[in-house]
Amino acid sequence: MSINATPAGAEVSAGAERPGGRHATVPTQRSGRRKAPLSENKKAERKLGWLLCAPAALVMLAVTAYPIIYSVWLSLQRFDLRFPDQREFIGLENYVTVLTNEFWWTAFGVTMLITVVTVAVELVLGMGLAIIMHRTLIGRGLVRTSALIPYGIVTVVAAFSWRYAWTPGTGYLANLFSDGAPLTERASSLAIIMLAEIWKTTPFMALLLMAGLALVPEDLLKAASTDGATAWQRFTKVMLPVMKPAILVALLFRTLDAFRVFDNIFVLTAGGNETSSVSMLAYNNLIRGLNLGIGSTMSVLIFITVAIIAFVFVKLFGTAAPGSDDGERR
Amino acid sequence: MADIVLDKVNKKFPDGTVAVQDVDLEIADGEFVILVGPSGCGKSTTLNMIAGLEDISSGELRIGGQRVNDKAPRDRDIAMVFQSYALYPNMTVRENMAFPLRLAKLDKETINQKVDEAAKVLELTPLLDRKPANLSGGQRQRVAMGRAIVRQPKAFLMDEPLSNLDAKLRVQMRTVVSRLQKQLGTTTVYVTHDQTEAMTLGDRVVIMRGGAVQQVGPPQELYDHPRNLFVAGFIGSPSMNFLHAAVQDGGLRTALGDVPLGDRVRRELEAADAPRELILGIRPEHFEDAELVDEESRRRGLEFEAPVEIVESMGSDKYVYFTVEGEKASAAELEELAADAGAADFSGAGSNLVTRLSAESPVAEGQSRRVWFNLEKIHLFDPANGRNLTLHEGRAAGALAD
Repeated sequence: MSINATPAGAEVSAGAERPGGRHATVPTQRSGRRKAPLSENKKAERKLGWLLCAPAALVMLAVTAYPIIYSVWLSLQRFDLRFPDQREFIGLENYVTVLTNEFWWTAFGVTMLITVVTVAVELVLGMGLAIIMHRTLIGRGLVRTSALIPYGIVTVVAAFSWRYAWTPGTGYLANLFSDGAPLTERASSLAIIMLAEIWKTTPFMALLLMAGLALVPEDLLKAASTDGATAWQRFTKVMLPVMKPAILVALLFRTLDAFRVFDNIFVLTAGGNETSSVSMLAYNNLIRGLNLGIGSTMSVLIFITVAIIAFVFVKLFGTAAPGSDDGERR
Repeated sequence: MADIVLDKVNKKFPDGTVAVQDVDLEIADGEFVILVGPSGCGKSTTLNMIAGLEDISSGELRIGGQRVNDKAPRDRDIAMVFQSYALYPNMTVRENMAFPLRLAKLDKETINQKVDEAAKVLELTPLLDRKPANLSGGQRQRVAMGRAIVRQPKAFLMDEPLSNLDAKLRVQMRTVVSRLQKQLGTTTVYVTHDQTEAMTLGDRVVIMRGGAVQQVGPPQELYDHPRNLFVAGFIGSPSMNFLHAAVQDGGLRTALGDVPLGDRVRRELEAADAPRELILGIRPEHFEDAELVDEESRRRGLEFEAPVEIVESMGSDKYVYFTVEGEKASAAELEELAADAGAADFSGAGSNLVTRLSAESPVAEGQSRRVWFNLEKIHLFDPANGRNLTLHEGRAAGALAD
């Protein structure tokens, strides 16, 4: 069976190699288990591939796998640096503590709200911006550069400028819109956090979507207009479906990013008035509270949530993983 | 169904380039008109203006007697087939074909019936549930045609619809397009850069160059009576031979010998501003092996002897390439044609002569051969403006006409 499936050339080369030594039999046995046995050439190529990847893979493991495993390990212990003597392995007790805690669920709700609202608004605005950038004929470079400025500013710097703007007395926006201090109330604080997020990352969304727009052939839009489609119908029935893979990738990137929101909240409200995100909460427990056990548990939970979001996007919506050859999938 | 009238239509781009200038064209109801020319001649721009995908800078466009200059493509009731087919990748074949009908808000039953009908005509029925990505080039092309015909529009506009197909399929699809157009009797404007397609498909052919119409007419008329050097060189494959000819003592001195002139051409050449140098054009089939020419024909032509370079036997006849001495014919039109053929930077030494001789001719490569050519079929062109001097009231009469 396995010999039949082998390409003719492979048989010859395998035969030629055989006198070389006993080692030849080992790979033959191993490949016998596969559906299509690999030729010597292919095997050598594959081995070389692994060797070339190895250094990078090792570095990746060292800098990501170790911290991940260590934080999982920490999350299974009672470990508070203020009481180092009480350190002990307690299994999943930390998870029970966190998942039954109302602060966690409030933060989770806040994070979800910020994620959903900002990503939705960014998608709409980003699409508009992308179309503008794509269609501009005059001053294209200028339009694109100016649209991308917010994305070029460091998040913390931008967050501080928003904070000053909304501080009564010194801020131009605070005096304009209200008499009170908007950053001291929950609803207005959340709105300002979301505004800062949207202002900052819409250009990134636009950039990703513009790459998708470039994939829509001009002929397709021309065909649609002669077929009788209005501008809106061309957009919804032709452009959006063709752009779907690009849109999903953009949404995935932004959702994952938005769920880990931290900088803006840290600077604008420091989590006051129940505006903490899950990242904020984990930071407060882990770094400020020195509770390594609970803090690590929260980090692991965030990690799991992000993994679930990615899984849903890739498996259910069929988002092609960036860089894969499967861009054709619709 | 409707007629299409272009009245002094111009297209000027914002950067100042003129893509189309003063095109006057009347396309009758049900007519099949081909726009042909080298790339950049304005044929596609003209088509896009008829479709409404491109604004008209000046002039008037009427479809069915109605001015449509300012109408959006969707209000013109025309269907277009693109070179890239432009099928919607997210829709099945059925959905692609139903798309214009759905936009027109027809009811489901009518849509299904019309799509099935069109699919039957184009033999697409078994493919209706496939996505375009799973179709071959020829099948995609047929779906694009199907999407155009389901609507029964006033006119079909086709922008090089066969250019992406391989040679064999292209010939086959040519007959499909032709048959379909005759069956439906819908006014059709078809753009191509392929002169063979233009000759075989159209009722009338419009030859364009640099945004201007060169000549309009049935294919045979363009072939037999080209108005200028460009048309003569563009139509026909292999193309017309062009030779340098000097006016001397009431005759022409050419690489093929001295060509006598009839009274009419001579009168034209006597004018004060008449050119002293001409370009002589003659098609390959107007040559014959001198041995095979009867006495009667011999008197109407001239003979010359030249070394045979290459013989291509086609079975029915032979293409024989001769090298002839003498100056090369040169004119802007000829350079443009060569550039379009991709041969601008390639020229052998001396002039090359392509002839089509009878299959019985015993001609062989490497030897010299006596060849006869028909003086009545000669065209003479003014190199300065490309005008065909042998043309009289629209008919070409050869060099000897009185």
